[in-house]
Amino acid sequence: MTSQAANALELKDLSVAYRVGRRDRAVLRNVNLTIKAGEAYGLVGESGCGKSTVALSVVRYLPRNGSITGGSIALDGKDLMKLDAEALRRARADSVSMVYQDPGKALNPSLRIGRQLTEIFELAGISGQASENKALAMLNRVRISDPASVMQRYPHQLSGGMQQRVAIAMALANDPSMLILDEPTTGLDATVEAEVLDLIGQLRRELSASILFISHNLAVVSNMCDRVGVLYAGMLVEEGSTRQVFNDPRHPYTVALLRCLPRGGQRKDQGRLDTIPGFLPGIGATITGCAFADRCALATERCRAEPPPLYDLGDGRLSRCHYHDHAQSLPRATPAEIAAVQPKLAPPVLQVEGLNKTYASHGRPLRAVKDVSVSLNPGETLGLVGESGSGKTTFARLLLGLVPPDDGGSIELEGKKLAPRLASRSEDQVKAVQIVFQNPDSALNRSHSIRHILSRALKRLGGLTGKALDNRLEELVRSVRLTDRHLAVKPRQLSGGLKQRVAIARAFAGDPRIVVCDEPTSALDVSVQAAILNLLADLQSKQDVSYIFISHDLGVVRYLSDKIAVLYLGRIMEFGPSEAVFSGPHHPYTEALLSAVPKLDRTETSRIRLDGEIPSAANPPTGCVFHTRCPRKIGAICETQEPELTEAQPGHTIRCHIPYAELAKLQKPKTMEPA
Amino acid sequence: MNATDSPSLPAVPDTVARRSPWGEVLHSLVRSPTFLTGLGILLFWVVCALLGEHFVPYDPLDADIINTLAPPSAEHWFGTDQLGRDVFSRVIVGSRDILTVAPLATILATIAGTALGLVIGYFRGIVDDIVSRVLEAFMAIPVVIIALLAIVALGTSKITVIVVIGLSFAPIIARTVRSAVLAERELDYVAAAKLRHEGALHTMFVEILPNVIPPILVETTVRLGYAIFAVATLSFMGFGIQPPSPDWGLSISSNYGMIGGGFWWTVLFDALAIASLVIGVNLVTDGVHGAFND
Repeated sequence: MTSQAANALELKDLSVAYRVGRRDRAVLRNVNLTIKAGEAYGLVGESGCGKSTVALSVVRYLPRNGSITGGSIALDGKDLMKLDAEALRRARADSVSMVYQDPGKALNPSLRIGRQLTEIFELAGISGQASENKALAMLNRVRISDPASVMQRYPHQLSGGMQQRVAIAMALANDPSMLILDEPTTGLDATVEAEVLDLIGQLRRELSASILFISHNLAVVSNMCDRVGVLYAGMLVEEGSTRQVFNDPRHPYTVALLRCLPRGGQRKDQGRLDTIPGFLPGIGATITGCAFADRCALATERCRAEPPPLYDLGDGRLSRCHYHDHAQSLPRATPAEIAAVQPKLAPPVLQVEGLNKTYASHGRPLRAVKDVSVSLNPGETLGLVGESGSGKTTFARLLLGLVPPDDGGSIELEGKKLAPRLASRSEDQVKAVQIVFQNPDSALNRSHSIRHILSRALKRLGGLTGKALDNRLEELVRSVRLTDRHLAVKPRQLSGGLKQRVAIARAFAGDPRIVVCDEPTSALDVSVQAAILNLLADLQSKQDVSYIFISHDLGVVRYLSDKIAVLYLGRIMEFGPSEAVFSGPHHPYTEALLSAVPKLDRTETSRIRLDGEIPSAANPPTGCVFHTRCPRKIGAICETQEPELTEAQPGHTIRCHIPYAELAKLQKPKTMEPA
Repeated sequence: MNATDSPSLPAVPDTVARRSPWGEVLHSLVRSPTFLTGLGILLFWVVCALLGEHFVPYDPLDADIINTLAPPSAEHWFGTDQLGRDVFSRVIVGSRDILTVAPLATILATIAGTALGLVIGYFRGIVDDIVSRVLEAFMAIPVVIIALLAIVALGTSKITVIVVIGLSFAPIIARTVRSAVLAERELDYVAAAKLRHEGALHTMFVEILPNVIPPILVETTVRLGYAIFAVATLSFMGFGIQPPSPDWGLSISSNYGMIGGGFWWTVLFDALAIASLVIGVNLVTDGVHGAFND
C-alpha cells in the first residue's frame, strides 16, 4: 500500500431517500462507513434495510426516484458529490466495479463473452489483439478452464457459476480500487457458491482492491470479510471485526439475527428456532427512539424516546444500542421448549419403489429420476438434497402426480397404490398429498383474495360448505398464525413470510398425509425463515403429517428432517436417517455438499471442492455417475461399473464402490457440521 | 404448542399497499393527458350518438330540394348535400350507427377471441396446433372479402356487419390471449388448482382469466379503433350501413365524386369525423396500454 491516508471508501452521514407518491421516504439515515484500502467489508441485514441502496449510492447510480439527501461519498479520497457527469463517469470507469446477484442478467445475452470483455479494454483505449489477450488473461485469472473457447460462447451457454466468474472477470478488468459485490452467490448452488467464494478469496490476495460485500447470508460474510456492518432500517446498528460481531454481538438485532439460524446441527426435536417478532419499519417511516425498539424485548422507555447514538465500544466496535453491554441477554422471542414427541411404530405412510422418469431431449432419453426407492413414516420428514438438476423437484412432481412417472415403479400411500396421473387419483388421495411451493407469488393467484384462495381449498379438499367451511377457515387461519384481517386482502398486499403462511394453510386445508415443501423458505429472510420452519415443525407434531422437504440449505434440511436422500443426476447416492447422513461416514458427494456450506464459525478444515459442472442427465457419465467430479475416485471400476446402493448400517444406504469401513477411515479426521 | 411463536401481526395498513392494482391503473389513467384527450373525443361522439337527434338544427333525413349543395353558411354550418340535407346534422347523427356497430363487433371479437385463446393456450398440444393454423388461414383473408361473402349469403344488415367484423377480429384477440395464457399456465397456482382436482373450465375462467385481463383490455381498445375503420370502409363500399341512414362512410361514398366540382364540404366533415373518432380511440388505447405497463 502506497499511502495510508486514502480510505478506499468513506461514507459520511449519507442519507438517501426515494420519492414515492410525492413524498421523500428515507432509505438510508446518516450512514457512516469507512473501508480501508485492501479491506473486505461485509454489509448484512434483511431485505428492505437498504443494503443495495448503499451499493448504488457508492457509484451514484440510484434509480430515478432516488436522491442523496445529505452527507458525502468519497472514493479514494475523491468526493463523488462534487464531480460533474463526465468526471463521475471516469471515476466509475477507473476505480469502482460492481458484481450483481444474477449474472444471467448482468451479461448481454446477444454478445459473445469475448466481445463483452474486449469492449471494456477498448473503452480504456486498448484495441485489437492486445485487448483480446487481456481478455484471455482476465478469464485465466478467474480460473476459467479453456478461456479461448469460453470467449466464443454466449452467456446462455455457460452455467451460473461460469457466468458469475465472467462477471467477476469483467468487474476486475479495469483493475478497480473498489469492488462491490451485491449478493454475488445468492442464486447459485452451494457447491458453486463455494467455488465462487474461494475465487473471490484468492483474488483478494492477488489484488489490492477493497471489497464491499453485501449479503443476507451471515455465514458467507463471516467467511469473506474482515469487518462487518449490520444495517437496520437504513441505519448502521453495529460494526466491528467479523469475529467480534458474530461471536460477541452487541446489538439486540444482531443477537436475534444470529439466533434465527439453525446452527450446529440443531434439530426440530431439540427445540424451536428463535424468531424476531414484528416487522422492519416501512421505508420512510418516522422513527422516534431506537428503530429496533418495537421488536426488542430489552427495550425500555428510554429506547422509545431517545434515539441511541452509535456508541464507540473501543477496538473499532460500534453499537447503536443504549444497552449494548447486555444486548446478549435478549430473551428469546420464541420459547425453545417443545412437547416431546414419542417415536411411533407405524407402517410407512409413503413407499416408493423403483420410480423412474425419462424425458426426451433432442431425441435422446433424459433420465431425470432413475430408480428411486424411499419410504417415509407418518410424522417424519424426508429431506431431499442435491445440486440443481439433481432431480429433486421432478421427484416431488412425480409424487404429486403432476407429471406421470415411467411405467414400472410404484408409489404407495398408506399401503394403497397411487395412480401415476393426478386425474386418475381419488379425491382422498389428491388431498392427501399437497405441496408448498418455493415462490408464493407464483403459487397464490394474484387476482384472488386470501379468503377466496383458502375457502376454495377447503371446499375442494376439505369438502366443506357454508357454516362448517367458515369455522374451519377461521381455525386454519389461526393455525398458521394469521388473523381475520388478512383474509380480505390480495396476496400482493402481504409480505413474503405472510404469503408463505397462506400457502401452507392451503396445503393443510384437506388434512394432508404428506406435504411436499419445495424450498419453502429460500425466498425469505432468516428471521422469517425461522418462523416458517417453526410453524412447519409445530404443524407436523400436531397433525402427524409427513414432509418431503427440498432445500439447498443443509442447515435448514437438517433442522427439519428425519431422513435424508441425497440425489445426483436423478439417482439416490445416499439415503438414511438424518443424523447418520450428516455425521458420516457419508458418500463422497454428500461429503462435498457438506463441505461447501459456508460456516458461521470460521473453522477452516481442509475443504473439498467439486470441479466442473454437473454433467447433463441426457448424457450421464458411465459407471458411477459421480466419477467425473468425485474427489475420492478409486480407479477404473468407478468409470465402468455403476455401484449398487448398499446398506452401510441398518437403514443407511450409500451408492459407492468404496466400502463403508474405508469411507469411515477416509473421513474420520473431520467432523462435518453444516452451518 | 407455542402460541407465542407467532410474529406479532401488524395492523393491516402496514402490510397493505395503499392501492389495489386496478386502483393503480385507474390512478395513472386519470393522470394521463393522452388518455383524457382520447376519452374526451370519444365521449363527445358518444353524446352525439345518444342525444344528437335532439339537438341538431335539422332532421338529417330532411331533403331541401331548392337548397342543394349549399356551401357552409350561418344557416347550414357545414353546408348541404346534393339532396339539400344539412351536413352538420348528418355528421353529428352519423355517429349513431358506427358507434353501435363497431363496439358490438369488438365485444363479440373479444368474447369469442378470449374463449378461443384460453382454450388453445390452456390445452396447447394438438388442439393449439390445429386451431392456430385455422386461425392463421382465416386471418390471411381480407375482411372485405369475408364481408362480401357474408353479405351475399346473409344480406346486408347491421347484424351481418357486426358478425363479420367480430369474427374476423376474434383470431387476433385469440392470439394475444393465447400467449398470455401460455405464460400464466406455467405458474404454480395452476398446478395448485390441479392438486385440488379443479376442472379445466374452472382453471381457465376462474383462475387464469382474471390474470390475463390487462392484455385483453389493451387488445380490445386497439381492435375498437380498427373496427370503426372497418365499419366506415364497409359502408363506403356499400356493404355496411344502408341509405338513407346518415353514416360517415356512406356519405363519403355517395359524395366523393363531387369534390371535383368544388363541393368539398359534402365529404370533408365526414372524413374528419371518422379520423377524430379513430384518433380518440387510439389515444385511449395508448393511455390504457401505458397504465398497464407502467
